[in-house]
Amino acid sequence: MTQTSTNSGAFASALRAVAGLPAPELLKDLRARGRESFSTLGLPSRRQEEWRFTGLKGIEGEVFESPAAVAPRIDVTPWRVSNARLLVFVDGIFASDVSEIGDLPDGVVVSNLVLGATSGSEAVAQHLGSLAPLEEHPFAALNTALITDGAFIHLPAGMELDRPIQIVFVSGSGKRATLSAPRILIVAEAGSRATVIEQYIGDGASLSCPVSEIVIGAKAVLDHVVVQEENLSAHHLAVRQVQLAADSRYSAQAISLGGALARTDIGVVLDGERAEASLDGLYLGDGSQQVDTHLTVRHASPNCKSHQLYKGILAGRAKSVFNGRIVVDQDAQKTDARQSNRNLLLSEDATVNSNPQLEIFADDVRCTHGSTVGQLDEEAVFYLRARGIGHDDAIRFLTLAFAGEILGRVPVAELREHLDKVVAARLASIADPKGIE
Amino acid sequence: MKNGSLLELKNLHVSVDGNEILKGIDLTVNLGEVHAIMGPNGSGKSTLASVLAGREEYEVTAGEIHYANQDLLELDAETRAREGLFLAFQYPVEIPGVSNTYFLRAALNAIRTHRGEEEIDAMDFLALVREKVKLVKLDESLLKRPVNEGFSGGEKKRNEIFHLAVLEPKLAILDETDSGLDIDALKIVAEGVNSLRDPERSFVLITHYQRLLNYIVPDFVHVLIDGRIVRSGDRELALQLEDQGYEWLEVEPAQAAGA
Repeated sequence: MTQTSTNSGAFASALRAVAGLPAPELLKDLRARGRESFSTLGLPSRRQEEWRFTGLKGIEGEVFESPAAVAPRIDVTPWRVSNARLLVFVDGIFASDVSEIGDLPDGVVVSNLVLGATSGSEAVAQHLGSLAPLEEHPFAALNTALITDGAFIHLPAGMELDRPIQIVFVSGSGKRATLSAPRILIVAEAGSRATVIEQYIGDGASLSCPVSEIVIGAKAVLDHVVVQEENLSAHHLAVRQVQLAADSRYSAQAISLGGALARTDIGVVLDGERAEASLDGLYLGDGSQQVDTHLTVRHASPNCKSHQLYKGILAGRAKSVFNGRIVVDQDAQKTDARQSNRNLLLSEDATVNSNPQLEIFADDVRCTHGSTVGQLDEEAVFYLRARGIGHDDAIRFLTLAFAGEILGRVPVAELREHLDKVVAARLASIADPKGIE
Repeated sequence: MKNGSLLELKNLHVSVDGNEILKGIDLTVNLGEVHAIMGPNGSGKSTLASVLAGREEYEVTAGEIHYANQDLLELDAETRAREGLFLAFQYPVEIPGVSNTYFLRAALNAIRTHRGEEEIDAMDFLALVREKVKLVKLDESLLKRPVNEGFSGGEKKRNEIFHLAVLEPKLAILDETDSGLDIDALKIVAEGVNSLRDPERSFVLITHYQRLLNYIVPDFVHVLIDGRIVRSGDRELALQLEDQGYEWLEVEPAQAAGA
């Protein structure tokens, strides 16, 4: 395709630079596959259905700088969950000096990916690159082509970790727009249990295209909170792929607050009987922000449950896309799948494209989906005002309550408090009538 | 305005979507008085409550409302509330995600700030809430729940009276607070209201039925029919309505009003 050579030019120098970097053979092989795939796929165009509503103008014109070889020192104290095992990456580079992993039980690995790959981990060899849609998704391909490091978590069978694991990705530390392609691999063996926080922060212009691959073994439980609170000039294009074995459970909250463009493509495969996946999301958009979620949940086995509740609050000229797809394979009888996308529009110029889709090939299933786009309940606004609460405060109250349903599900109290504050502050500026255009 | 009068309506005309609902209401409520406004469905009772509380979809086409030496129609809904006007809703609104006490504390602080008082501290507020919740025998578990969410019909009405008790308004308007209540719940609501009667507080009870007035004895009863007050009296008038219904007043409203 001719578009390839022109629109992937922004990454040419980064791709060349990364290709020359030393790395374990495993990563080098993956990079080669990624480069090949990306050179075929190129950056997506709006002619492709999956990218129809996602504007990439902000990326196409930019020249992104390869990250420095050594991470600059950075203070992540404001984001730190005090009892968490901490991994910090700056523009994709592992910042070992500020990471605090602590002592780990036997067999547990919480480390950077390079260490995991060089130590000859079976889990890395087996799973890295096995789930991400490398051949179909341009940013999964780009991430793979640029792979230098990332986070690796391995829980051996039966291991339950009490303390959460927090992975903080700081982007935009350079003077020019930086590019980072962090990779995350989580392998939770049978019967293990952990909570993982994946957090994106940063002040400068940047493009981050993280890819997460998550393998959940039989009867394992993984709680996963993904927080994207980069600055408003950041571009964030994430791909997450999750695979669940029988009787396992995956529970995730995705909170998307920052970024000029923030898009996450999530794929979940319920690949064993009685597996359960619950995915909740909250996204805020203001000004000219765009925030997109593309979600595919595939029921590949019988008796599995999945549910999603994604809520959006959009003001200014913000745009949002929610593509939610539930696929039920022919053998996946007794599937229980529910999906709901609810959007609150705080301005007339904000737009939402919500497309829930069901593709059902089994006959004995219970599947529901729906989406709503609306304003605040005027009767509720009046009720608050009639008790003495001012109009603007009433709107803030109700908007925060709308968000609170998702924030309340975040399983780490300290993180929940942080998010309550950040979201309240964001809503205070959004719900300020002067801020509504 | 007479000394001691808290609320005064003069020739009040109100329209909704171009339809005239209230067709010239005159009413004076003095401090400490309890007034009942009775009338059949569609007579304009709830419109009157809504206009007083500041609902914006109601258009005042003529007349005046004075409240505590102010032109009430100049005040927005929140300012009216902060000036001590309280409406107990006929249909209390469910507000998912906002806890009952959090909401109530925000409301109380908005009122206190308006009066130039300090915000109430958390411990004092808790003590206040514990005291007031007993007045309406509301289960304490409902305090932490989102406002009205999952409350039964009776719990919603009792919650309104609980809000009233905490916010301590000068003028409380109860819009059909008795509707949908069984006799036990009605008695609880009435006892709550009676305990809040005060020489410095006035009540306007809007009701279809006389039943409520067995438990909250009003000083005055007004009959509203087709947007006009056709008869005013004392408690005896309410009893007469219970016996005879509204028909005898509907037939000859002009005569009845003049009688």
